[in-house]
Amino acid sequence: MNLVLDVALTHVRSRGRQTLVAVAGVATGVGFSIMMAALMQGSQEDFIRQLVNALPHITVSDERREPPKQPAQTEFDATKIYNLTPEVRRRGIKNPLAIMAALEAWLPGYVAPSVNVQAIIRYASRDVGTTIFGIDPKREPGVSELVNQLREGSLRSLYTATNAIILGDRLAEKIGAEVGANVTVQTSDGARINAQVVGMFHAGVQSIDESTAYVLVRTAQILARQTGLVNALRVRVDDPMQAREVSERIERETGYKSVSWQEAHEDLLSTFVIRNVIMYTIVGAILLVASFGTYNIISTITHEKARDIAIMKSLGLSESTLRRMFVIEALIIGLAGGLMGFVLGYILCLALGSIEFKSPFMDTNHIPLSYSAWHYLIAMFVALSSSYAAGFLPARKAASVNPVDIIRGAT
Amino acid sequence: MLDRAAPKKSHAPHLEAPLIEADNVTRILPGIVPTTLVRDINLKIGSKEFVAVTGPSGSGKSSLLYLLGLLDMPTKGEVRIRGSATSRMSEAERARTRLSELGFIFQFHFLLPEFTCVDNIVLPMRALGRLTREQMRVRAEELLGSLGLGEHKYKRPDQLSGGQRQRVAVARALANDPPVILADEPTGSLDSKSSEQVFQILRDLVDDNGKTVVAVTHDLDLAERMDRRIHLMDGAIVSDD
Repeated sequence: MNLVLDVALTHVRSRGRQTLVAVAGVATGVGFSIMMAALMQGSQEDFIRQLVNALPHITVSDERREPPKQPAQTEFDATKIYNLTPEVRRRGIKNPLAIMAALEAWLPGYVAPSVNVQAIIRYASRDVGTTIFGIDPKREPGVSELVNQLREGSLRSLYTATNAIILGDRLAEKIGAEVGANVTVQTSDGARINAQVVGMFHAGVQSIDESTAYVLVRTAQILARQTGLVNALRVRVDDPMQAREVSERIERETGYKSVSWQEAHEDLLSTFVIRNVIMYTIVGAILLVASFGTYNIISTITHEKARDIAIMKSLGLSESTLRRMFVIEALIIGLAGGLMGFVLGYILCLALGSIEFKSPFMDTNHIPLSYSAWHYLIAMFVALSSSYAAGFLPARKAASVNPVDIIRGAT
Repeated sequence: MLDRAAPKKSHAPHLEAPLIEADNVTRILPGIVPTTLVRDINLKIGSKEFVAVTGPSGSGKSSLLYLLGLLDMPTKGEVRIRGSATSRMSEAERARTRLSELGFIFQFHFLLPEFTCVDNIVLPMRALGRLTREQMRVRAEELLGSLGLGEHKYKRPDQLSGGQRQRVAVARALANDPPVILADEPTGSLDSKSSEQVFQILRDLVDDNGKTVVAVTHDLDLAERMDRRIHLMDGAIVSDD
């Protein structure tokens, strides 16, 4: 074994109790850091999976970011327009099939049309406000998790009745409808159809399950009183993190407002950034406090070993060798603490993950945790860095002592 | 290693080729009132010399030894080892010179308490790195055997008597086979029997192994038995015979 490492290990071993306290300090810091990272990232990933991945990654709507220019504005340098009447009815996306075909040529994912209508569903004298989505059952599995969320029926069953409808399970429960029931769907401008319940889904998010229903595109067009209307294209990309770039390209190419899930939930994502900053600050603080323990023990060792340092210098060990020796002692504590912290962190994660609870808003009944090797590597890196810093100062001081002063003092 | 079969050498000094040379060396401790430890020291120490440095307390004996051993730097003047000026050496070069050219013995053994006798002796060999691990171990065991400590080689310093510890310290000083041994009151903390043992070992180092020994001592009887005596007073050499 290397001389420096050998002496360092001997020093650390010979102060068992102090070393154990310092190692325990680092281990606690690393363990809780791993647990916190797993908890924070787990909840973040769970949130994204539940609320964002369950929805289309990109929604192309029949709006434009800038209002279209009036002919007079392009004709004259200065124009003042009065009493411009907004359209009462939305036009929808023009040539949706052609746009979808163009997007499918390059899009790394799937696209599906939809028609969104606000309506009231009535059954057994109970009325519930609902968002009705007109969907294409053939394309829908590519852009949403609906097919996996169905508890009863299938998407193809939308073809089995004239006006077939799939309800969220909480919505069905609210109005007391079951599969086979005939419900009335009525919009605010008077359109009204009788629809047969052919299926039920459970998304796991209360707000969706109690206020959403799916019908065929043409059924929704009837409710909107607008034949051929498609007011949204929903896109799902292979890599959800690429949604923003893909969305920008779609908007550039189609001219329609295209909103990625990141843009739609910008406020939440910025909250994640703040949350992560807070998390890493706390983790850093924990490890910093642990490094004080390491600093303390290395200082104690160098103080107690002043005579040995002088002897080793008098024998011919250089300052850099001695400095390395005490830095390695600090790193041994950091490494041992880090490895113990791995075990502690994993146990804490298992313990935290085993706690059951019931949320009224989500299906989750366990704390979501993310197990990632990166959490362990980062915690170890920070532990070793702080141990290095904690060991370096006393090591430098120890290595620079004048052996004569100590030998004279000892004699 | 001590080689007792080697022929006895003459005690005559070899001043024509000095191993250590002090040229007008002065050491002043800085402070509000600067303290002169040694001043205007000029001396040459050749191979196979057995030198006693004597003088009253505070006369600068140990300071001179530390300067000759490169543990301290002169304020003025030059210390040369084998003709090489040491004032321009880096800290690492001085450390390397100490490892290979000089062996130290202190009044108190100054062994590392957590290490066995063999490990204490192997430490400077490992720092120098000339031998394999096995060669180092064998040499350490032979050194201990030659100093009558063969049965104590795997004991720790706290398991040995004062005389035994000092003999281990002698073995450590010899680990890298340096030509010069510097001893600061090597018998100062020992009883008369152990003192005699250690003195005889030093004598044998010069006579049988061709080492140069420079020993600081208060004991004038012991100094009388050495080949050369340098007497210091108030930091200056007052006699060298």
